[in-house]
Amino acid sequence: MPFSLPFPITPELGVFAAMAGVAALAAVGVVFFQDAVRSALCLVLNFFVLAFIYFTLSAEMLGITQIVVYAGAIMVLFLFVIMLLNLGATSAIKEKLDAKKYVGLGLGVVMAMTIAVQVIPALASSTTVRAPDGFGSPQAIGRSLMTHYVFSFEVASILLMVGIVGSILLAKRRL
Amino acid sequence: MLWDWFIQLHPVWQALIRVLLVVLPILLLVPGMIWWERRLLSWMQDRIGPNRVATFTLKGGKKISLFGLLQPIADGVKLFFKEDITPAAVDRVIYFIAPAIALFPAFALAGTLPWGPIKELTPIADVNIGVLYLLAISSLGVYGVVLAGYAGNNKYSLMGGLRASAQLISYELAMGMSVGCMVLATGSLRMTDMVKAQEEALWGVVPALQNWYAFTPFGFVSMVIFLICMVAETNRAPFDLPEAENELIAGYHTEYSSMKFAVFFMGEYAAMFVFSGVLSVIFLGGYNALPIRWDWVAANVPALSTVANAFQGLNAWLAPVWFLGKCTFFLSVYIWLRATLPRLRYDQLMSLGWKSLLPAALANFIVVMIWIYCTRLYGPVGGWASVAVAAVLIAAIIQGVRGPHGHLGRPGQGGELSKGSKDAVFPPFPDHS
Repeated sequence: MPFSLPFPITPELGVFAAMAGVAALAAVGVVFFQDAVRSALCLVLNFFVLAFIYFTLSAEMLGITQIVVYAGAIMVLFLFVIMLLNLGATSAIKEKLDAKKYVGLGLGVVMAMTIAVQVIPALASSTTVRAPDGFGSPQAIGRSLMTHYVFSFEVASILLMVGIVGSILLAKRRL
Repeated sequence: MLWDWFIQLHPVWQALIRVLLVVLPILLLVPGMIWWERRLLSWMQDRIGPNRVATFTLKGGKKISLFGLLQPIADGVKLFFKEDITPAAVDRVIYFIAPAIALFPAFALAGTLPWGPIKELTPIADVNIGVLYLLAISSLGVYGVVLAGYAGNNKYSLMGGLRASAQLISYELAMGMSVGCMVLATGSLRMTDMVKAQEEALWGVVPALQNWYAFTPFGFVSMVIFLICMVAETNRAPFDLPEAENELIAGYHTEYSSMKFAVFFMGEYAAMFVFSGVLSVIFLGGYNALPIRWDWVAANVPALSTVANAFQGLNAWLAPVWFLGKCTFFLSVYIWLRATLPRLRYDQLMSLGWKSLLPAALANFIVVMIWIYCTRLYGPVGGWASVAVAAVLIAAIIQGVRGPHGHLGRPGQGGELSKGSKDAVFPPFPDHS
C-alpha cells in the first residue's frame, strides 16, 4: 500500500508549509542565538513571515498591521537599543546543568500538549482556509472601531497620549 | 492571441508574470536612471558629464556619439570586477545580508502600484490595503541601512545608520499623514480606487476635467509634503545626511565595496523610481495622460467626438508610457533638488520634519475632514467654501502661533541668527579698522 496523506497537497498547502517552516525556524532562532542582534533579526523575520501567512488567509489588514506595528516600528526600536548598548554575545551567563532544566522541559511539553489537545481537533475539522470576502477589511474594522468599540478605542488613544507626554516629561526635565 | 494564452494560465503563473512586468522594467531602468542623473546634473551645473563611452569612429573618420548612454554599463562592469573586500572586523552574516535587505523594500514597494488600466496585468496585488502596504514596506527600509551601519563595525557607519533610521522614522509620520488625507478624500485604501476617484469630474463641478488630487487645495498641500518626505525616505540630497561625505566618509556603506555597494546604489535608485510612481498614482491621476475626461467630451461635445474617442484610445493603450513619463518627471525633480539645494543640518532636518511637515499634514487632515462633511451636507460648492474658510482660519492660527518674531516656537531659540541676536552662535567679527 503506497503511503498517502489524509489530505491532498495543494499549492496553498505548499505555500503555507514553506512560510510556516520559515516562521518556526525563525522562532527557534530567537531563542537559540547567542547574539542579541541576531535574535532580534530572527524575531523580525518571524513577524514578517507571519504577516504573509495572514495574507494567504486573505486577512490583509491583520497582516499589514503586523508589519507596520511589529516589524516596522517595535522591532526597529529594539534593534536601536541593542545596537546603541552594543550588546554582544553573552558568554558570561553559562548555567550548570541542573534539575531545573529537566523540570522546565517537562512542563513545556505538558503545556504544548495541553494547547494541542484544545487546538488540533478544531483545526482538523476546518475546511475553509481563507477568510470570507470582506472579513476584517479596513472598512469593517473602522466601522466596528467607531461604533461598538468606540469607548475602548478612545481610552486607548488617551493612554497613548499619556505615554507620549510622560516620555517627553522624562526625557526633558527642564521644559 | 498572447492575451488568450495569458488568460487561460493558472493564477499563480499570472501573478508571476505581473511581478516580472514590474521588477524587470525597474531593473532595466536603473542604469538609464544613473545615466540620466549624471547627464542632467552636469547640464544643470554647466559641465559636460559622461559622454565618451559608446562613441564609435567610422572608417571615414566620422564619429557617432550616443551621448555616453553606455556609461552605466561600463560602470557596472567596473563594479563587478573590483576587488570585493570584506573587512576583518565586520559581523559577517549581517554584513552580507544587509544589502539584500536594503534592496528588498525598493522592489516590494511596487506591489500595489497600478501602472495601467488592465486589471489582469496590474497591479501585482489589488488588495484593499494598498496604501497601508506602501507605508508598511517603506518603513522596512530602515533595516537595510541600520544593519549595514551596525555590521560595518565602524563608528562612521553606525552614525550613518542611526541618522538614517532617525530620519526615516521622523519623515514616515508626515508621509503617512499626507497620504492619509488622500485616503480620506477617496474613501478607500485601494490604489486602483484612488486612480478611479481621480477620473471623476474636477472638484465635482467641472465635468470636462479629471479630479487629479494635485489640483485640489488640500491635495496640493499633501503632494508637497509627500514629495519632501519621499526625498527624505530615499536618503537623497538635500536629505542625504546618512551618507554625508564630509562628516561620515560614506555613512552606512563605508565598509562596502564592489557589488555589495552597487546593490545599495541600485536599491536607492529603484526606491526613487517607485516612489515617483507612488506620487503619480496618488496625486497625479496615475496612468492618465492629461486631466481631461475624454468620454465626457465625446458624449457632450459632438464636434470633437471623434478626436476625443481617439485620444481616449491613446490614453488607455499607451497608459504605461504616460506612467513612465510621470515617473521620469519626478526622477528629474529628484536630480533637480540635488543640483539646487545644499545638505540640511541635522537640527534643520528634525525641525522641518516634526515642526513643519507633521503639523501641516495634520492641519490638512482636518481640512479634508471638514471638506467631506460639508460636501455631504451642502454639496460640492459648500464643501469648497468650507475649505476656503478652514484654510483662512488655519493661516490665522499659524500667524498667531508664530508670534512677532516670525518663527515657530518660543523666541530666542534659534531662527534669529541672521538678525544678530544675543543668542547667536558666532560673535560678530571684531572691527580692525
